[in-house]
Amino acid sequence: MKDANVKSIVCIKRVPDTETRVRIGSDGASIDPSGVKYVLNPYDEFALEEAIRLKEAAGEGSVTALSLGPPAATETLRTALAMGADDAVLLEGEPSHDGLATARALAAEIEGRDFDLLLFGKQAVDDDNMQVPAMVAEILGLPCATVVVELDVEGGHVRAVREVEGGHETVEFDLPGVVAAQKGLNEPRYASLKGIMAAKKKPLEEKEADLSGSDIELLSLSEPPEAEAGEIVGEGADAVPELVRRLREEAKVL
Amino acid sequence: MGGVLAVTETRGGALRGVSREVVTAARSLAGRLGGGVDALVLGPPGIGEEAGHLAAFGADRIFVAQDEAFGAYAPDAALRAIEELEGANEYRAILLAASARGKDLAPRAAARLDRPLASDVTEISVEDDRPVVVRPQYAGKALAKLAFSGAPALISIRPNVFLPEEREGDGAVEPLDVSAEPARTRVHPVESGGQGELDVAEARIVVSGGRGMGDPENWHLLEDLKDALGDGVALGASRAVVDAGWRPHEEQVGQTGKVVTPELYFAIGISGAIQHLAGMRTAKVIVAVNRDPEAPIFDVADYGIVGDLFEVLPKLTEEIRAAKAV
Repeated sequence: MKDANVKSIVCIKRVPDTETRVRIGSDGASIDPSGVKYVLNPYDEFALEEAIRLKEAAGEGSVTALSLGPPAATETLRTALAMGADDAVLLEGEPSHDGLATARALAAEIEGRDFDLLLFGKQAVDDDNMQVPAMVAEILGLPCATVVVELDVEGGHVRAVREVEGGHETVEFDLPGVVAAQKGLNEPRYASLKGIMAAKKKPLEEKEADLSGSDIELLSLSEPPEAEAGEIVGEGADAVPELVRRLREEAKVL
Repeated sequence: MGGVLAVTETRGGALRGVSREVVTAARSLAGRLGGGVDALVLGPPGIGEEAGHLAAFGADRIFVAQDEAFGAYAPDAALRAIEELEGANEYRAILLAASARGKDLAPRAAARLDRPLASDVTEISVEDDRPVVVRPQYAGKALAKLAFSGAPALISIRPNVFLPEEREGDGAVEPLDVSAEPARTRVHPVESGGQGELDVAEARIVVSGGRGMGDPENWHLLEDLKDALGDGVALGASRAVVDAGWRPHEEQVGQTGKVVTPELYFAIGISGAIQHLAGMRTAKVIVAVNRDPEAPIFDVADYGIVGDLFEVLPKLTEEIRAAKAV
């Protein structure tokens, strides 16, 4: 990953921490936000880190963090600025279950900007939609590689290795283009105290998101059925024959 | 007009198994929405005969585009094919697999057709003549029920959930002319990793190890169990051991790893953090081996053994080998 003057835009999302216990809200259509800790989506950290490293390696270039979310997402953008992004943009609005609506709003903002590389995390760990990166690419008519674990950018050319079932697949394209980051791409840094202080002075623009209508309607959000309490077959190696018998005869999975 | 399009996938000149699941789910949906099932197959020359077998899973017409370039993933060509078939047939729904390829292609197709997508779906039904789907969110900690209006509805299905069903069928192959060029990306053929073609997300049986394994050197014990169980078995790992660098991240099961739905899941030396449970709780049968009787993994396990895994594992491998030999 070395290239001169790459202008990156990194799209990030504010999501509940993965250690959060999810409870459904009284409306039956959203999660109960009380007691939920919100963080920068873990996969977006890999995308941010990669953009910052590209800039550091070249000694020039820029990194813009962009998020569609509620006003509180400014905290998430400050985290990105503290890690090393140069400026940030909040598109204020509530991302819905419809990835296409989010993608359209992001694409409308990105379209007017000067950029080379558009980075995302491969998915947000709240809705797990895994839709927005490839949708934005398609709306903007750009090439795209998703689930990327290795990235080289050189002379305006991208070589990305993506993770597929039981192996890897290499994708090549010319910039501008879209990359969606998977765990393993890099080891994201923690924001330093100096970075946190500097972030307070970096520009953060806020504007309304242009969220269009949707042809997919959320009917309900529910908790999965409680798993029936299992059974301890026994203790130690002596319990193994009974376990194997039950896997064969009762569960019929052997 | 109407009906359902099943977008299949090939690798190395063969249909991937999940393609039969996509056709099966499309058949079931078409049965409730009306209309037939078309299957789309892009593959290298010679794929036609195997593609014809999709008739046995409910495809009425099997559109086959053959080109040397389709030995690898060809997203731009696939998009052109989907767009052309949609233009000619105006489907009620378009189904894909929520596989690595399907997760890449489905959102592109949705954006191209300017239609919404429900991804990684585990249930499909029809209410008031509208496709209605259920899909896990928060890695399975919540289930969202979504209804489409208008057509087509784009749906990607979670592997291992819609099991293939054979039926009587007289569907036939029809050649489809799809150009490999222009293409915005050049995709190289897949290079297989350590576990061959089988991925933990698509395996029939998963053998997962956690911190309780003590040391990466001990993984041969899990490999022995995997070998004893036969075909369709993949190794998995908890986040703790992936973060510790003991195992590659493609084996990680959980909220920041893969969500798996195998028939049988072995959790060996895994205590059961929320984020791990989110990735495997929908496995059909869960077996846990752990030293700590209070470990949360026992709350979701169907069968548990409390004990020292270094004593239990070799015995388990031996007993399964013996049972298989009968």
